[in-house]
Amino acid sequence: MKGRTLVRHVREGFKNLGRNGWMSFASISAVTIMLIVVGAFLLLVMNINHFIQTVEEDVEVRVYVDLTATEEEQKELAEELKQIDYVESITYLSKDEGLDQLIDSLGEENREVFESLREENPLNDAFILHAEEPQLTKQVATSAENLSHVERVNYGKDVVEQLFTVTNVLRTVGIVLILGLTFTAMFLISNTIKLTIVARQKEIQIMKLVGATNGFIRWPFFVEGFLLGVLGAIIPIAIIIGGYQYLYANFMNQLSIDFAELLPVFPLTLQVSALLIGIGALVGVWGSLMSVRKFLKV
Amino acid sequence: MMIMIEMRNVSKTYANGVPALHSIDVVIEKGEFVYIVGPSGAGKSTFIKMIYREERPTEGSVFIQGSDIGKLKEKQIPYLRRKIGVIFQDFKLLPKLSVFENVAFALEVIEEPRDVIRQRVMEVLDIVHLKSKARFLPDELSGGEQQRVSIARAIVNDPHVVIADEPTGNLDPETAWEIMDILEDINRRGTTILMATHNQSIVNTIKKRVIAIESGRIVRDEWRGGYGYER
Ligand SMILES: Nc1ncnc2c1ncn2[C@@H]1O[C@H](COP(=O)(O)OP(=O)(O)O)[C@@H](O)[C@H]1O
Ligand SMILES: [Mg+2]
Repeated sequence: MKGRTLVRHVREGFKNLGRNGWMSFASISAVTIMLIVVGAFLLLVMNINHFIQTVEEDVEVRVYVDLTATEEEQKELAEELKQIDYVESITYLSKDEGLDQLIDSLGEENREVFESLREENPLNDAFILHAEEPQLTKQVATSAENLSHVERVNYGKDVVEQLFTVTNVLRTVGIVLILGLTFTAMFLISNTIKLTIVARQKEIQIMKLVGATNGFIRWPFFVEGFLLGVLGAIIPIAIIIGGYQYLYANFMNQLSIDFAELLPVFPLTLQVSALLIGIGALVGVWGSLMSVRKFLKV
Repeated sequence: MMIMIEMRNVSKTYANGVPALHSIDVVIEKGEFVYIVGPSGAGKSTFIKMIYREERPTEGSVFIQGSDIGKLKEKQIPYLRRKIGVIFQDFKLLPKLSVFENVAFALEVIEEPRDVIRQRVMEVLDIVHLKSKARFLPDELSGGEQQRVSIARAIVNDPHVVIADEPTGNLDPETAWEIMDILEDINRRGTTILMATHNQSIVNTIKKRVIAIESGRIVRDEWRGGYGYER
């Protein structure tokens, strides 16, 4: 296609957009609403995925050693723990280190109360085990429990499993919602473009008579659909970037639990924005091609 | 002589079951001027539509310059239509475009370069005597002038055949003669012309080959024939 022809198609596409102002507005609004939901959903899913990953990496078995165990017995236990199947790594965490960690993870206010505990540390020494796979954690924990000089064993498998259930539900709900909104937007777009086609039927008929190819006739409608979709992405992108930035700034200040970290604003929001433009354009183009198809017969 | 249009045993029944043409056999050679006459509903428009493949025969074949257009793929039809200029009773002009733009439109959609378009459009506006009204809108023209614009559009890409479906049907007799002058002029330049018409006096005065259709059959095909119907 020649450059001049492309310019013509784009110009015609814009003209079509204006020709059915209200319907164009309705279509763009539908795309906007759809993309806001899609965008928010994407941010949520990506953060939850990130969260799960962090937790999963953190799934560890904490083996607390009996307070009465001697140093000799602790060494023996360490050897035995290493022998357990599927244990990938083993780290020693003395009760003093354990207390340091605990104090670090607390807010300023409570810090002093716990500082006083340094005198008489109530914690146990512990071994931290990592399983080769997160799913093997439970097995490792059970084996560790049966060894002597073990007071108790902690592991966070349940948390992970619950999280997985939550995300699965969320994903299903999200997909249903997004599909519904996508089809509504596509339907509105294809109807809008049908209106432009009806308004231009005489023109199309003449174009066909003088030998214009279907591709040539289709282009302006393609452009129109593309524009409807991309224009519909503007507001959602603004909301996604602005809203997430706000949320990030405030959420991170208030809840400084270090494992519930939000993903940083960039590049996440830019990636989501690019995706939204892509989805908008795709829905627009699809809607337009659907409606043009049958008008081009004969 | 080279054969321009040939129909072999062509029949057409519309999808709703209405029979429009039966076993049409006809050969039209390059450079001919042919009238298609017959009462309303006889099948003249159907005959014409099959030449530029707006309609397809239910039986038989239509050949343009030797190639069977029934075998054309959807994609190739635009290129067939570039060889054929079509003129209608109702002109089919775009009301928002000027005379120049209406004619140029036919070249724009086939992506001719701008300077070629300018030159060709002015040439054909000269042929139809409308050079001075290039900037007018269709509304500002008389019926005859509008039909001349549509003729200019039909011939602007130098088609081998011009087919006209009752081109004088909406015009007063005097204007109709003007249109005939122009069509004859185009025919003299070598373009084959096929014209469906009701206009008895034109057919009887400007003597050309006459194909008469009645109830979908060719009932008469005469070189320099007359209209042959009492009205
Ligand atoms: N698109 C169509 N669908 C169904 N029947 C049609 C269609 N076009 C024409 N006909 C019928 O075919 C017959 C021939 O019509 P037409 O070719 O238009 O005749 P003419 O141009 O000689 O008046 C008529 O009976 C008409 O009603
Ligand atoms: Mg007719």
